[in-house]
Amino acid sequence: MSRLRLLSLQLLVAIVALVLWQFFATVSVFGKVWLPPFFFSNPVDVGTQVVAWFASGVIWKHLLITLWESILAFVIGSAMGAAVGFWFARQPRVAAVFDPYVKMVNALPRVVLAPIFTLWLGLGIWSKVALGVTLVFFIVFFNVYQGVKEVSTTVRDNARMLGMSERQLTRHVYFPSALSWMFSSLHTSVGFAVVGAVVGEYLGSAAGLGYLIQQAEGVFDVAGVFAGMFVLSAFVILIDVGVTLVERRLLVWRPVAGEGRG
Amino acid sequence: MEKATPTAVALQDATVAFRVADGRVYTAVEQADLAVADGEFVAIVGPTGCGKSTLLNVAAGLLQPAAGRVRIFDKPLVGLNRDAGYLFQADALFPWKTALDNVAIGLEIAGTSRGEALARAKQWLGSVGLGAFASRYPHMLSGGQRKRVGLAQVLIRNPKILLMDEPFGPLDAQTRQIMGNLLLELWSADKKAVLFVTHDLEEAIALADRVVIMSAGPSARIIGDWRVPLARPRDIFEARLDKDFHALHREIWSVLKEQVMKGYAQSSQGAEAS
Repeated sequence: MSRLRLLSLQLLVAIVALVLWQFFATVSVFGKVWLPPFFFSNPVDVGTQVVAWFASGVIWKHLLITLWESILAFVIGSAMGAAVGFWFARQPRVAAVFDPYVKMVNALPRVVLAPIFTLWLGLGIWSKVALGVTLVFFIVFFNVYQGVKEVSTTVRDNARMLGMSERQLTRHVYFPSALSWMFSSLHTSVGFAVVGAVVGEYLGSAAGLGYLIQQAEGVFDVAGVFAGMFVLSAFVILIDVGVTLVERRLLVWRPVAGEGRG
Repeated sequence: MEKATPTAVALQDATVAFRVADGRVYTAVEQADLAVADGEFVAIVGPTGCGKSTLLNVAAGLLQPAAGRVRIFDKPLVGLNRDAGYLFQADALFPWKTALDNVAIGLEIAGTSRGEALARAKQWLGSVGLGAFASRYPHMLSGGQRKRVGLAQVLIRNPKILLMDEPFGPLDAQTRQIMGNLLLELWSADKKAVLFVTHDLEEAIALADRVVIMSAGPSARIIGDWRVPLARPRDIFEARLDKDFHALHREIWSVLKEQVMKGYAQSSQGAEAS
């Protein structure tokens, strides 16, 4: 399929969905409006709301807050996850001792932590950052741990025969291997940072995309809810594109699947 | 009388054993006696699973023998063998480093400045015929090219002893011969002691000064030691056509064949049992 054809088909799906939505929300068929506007709103109203947010500029403040929370959650969570993952992988005894607790905390649905974080850290951004950190931490932690463990014995023996000390092994072998695993989970961890931020906002905050959606819901403004969702997904897609660009730079040495040579 | 050359690697009564899963002890190699003189190219040939690589790992200091002694240039080996360069059978390059960085790393970690290390790595990549591939990552190179990088990575450190574990095993037949010639060419420049493990008898005779045969494992022993009468410098394409080559091949094969059959029978039995 050519690019143009694919793009037009993709657009067609969106147009058909929007037209059906608009039609059933405004025109009565067989004496009945199948998508009552009170519950489903309609695309025109949602679009108007989105445009209004951007025109008045209110949305920027919320977007920036959510973005900032996500970045902080990602950076702090990654740093902590990488440090602990590395430490556990190099010290199997420590890992064995902490193993059940790591599993326990990881098994906990993170949403239940939100009220506690709000209590501890207030309604500001830090309670959202904390929630994001608990999500990002484990993804990075498991990946870095695996990355260090997965270094092939041949590569390690080779490094030792080339004269590397333990410190040099860490720097030239374990660290790059761990980083590569961490980078390959970049999409997931960035995604979870955003989830943490938005869910945190939704559960109690004074700004952010989650707050916006929650407010609209509170006054039964369905158009506002859908508009918030739309902005949120556009925001996540943009971030994802950014991550892809970064990833391509960082993982140049990795074979693209299916391209490997013998 | 020849002037006595120092012995680079000496295994004396070396026995290597592993504890296997059910607590029993598996003896891989038993009472191996082997001496490689400085500047000598020795090939070890044996059936699959006879512990050839094990012997090499002992010489490298990666494995401790259960009994016996390992002496390197007349000193007992403690820890890793710092005089040795090791070319592994499997891919051992650092996948996150370019070919150039892979070659330079050995010098860098020894404290050579990065600039000089890179300059010398560039020369070495040139000598293995990969000058144009310096910025490629290992996955962008073919199997033969990766082996060349590996060879440069080991040789740049100028080790006195070269340990090679079926280094050309995964390559196709033509590439193996080309790599063999390249190895001989690089080796003849400053004759290091070489211990070369292979299961390919022809490759062993074509390359080495001496061919050592091991019996089938477990408890593999060294059961034969032949001097290769071919002249040097050698071209291994032509060496294979030599009359002496064929005579020696026939002689060694008559001993090796039995071990290969035994090794094969054991490995297929093992497969049935498990």
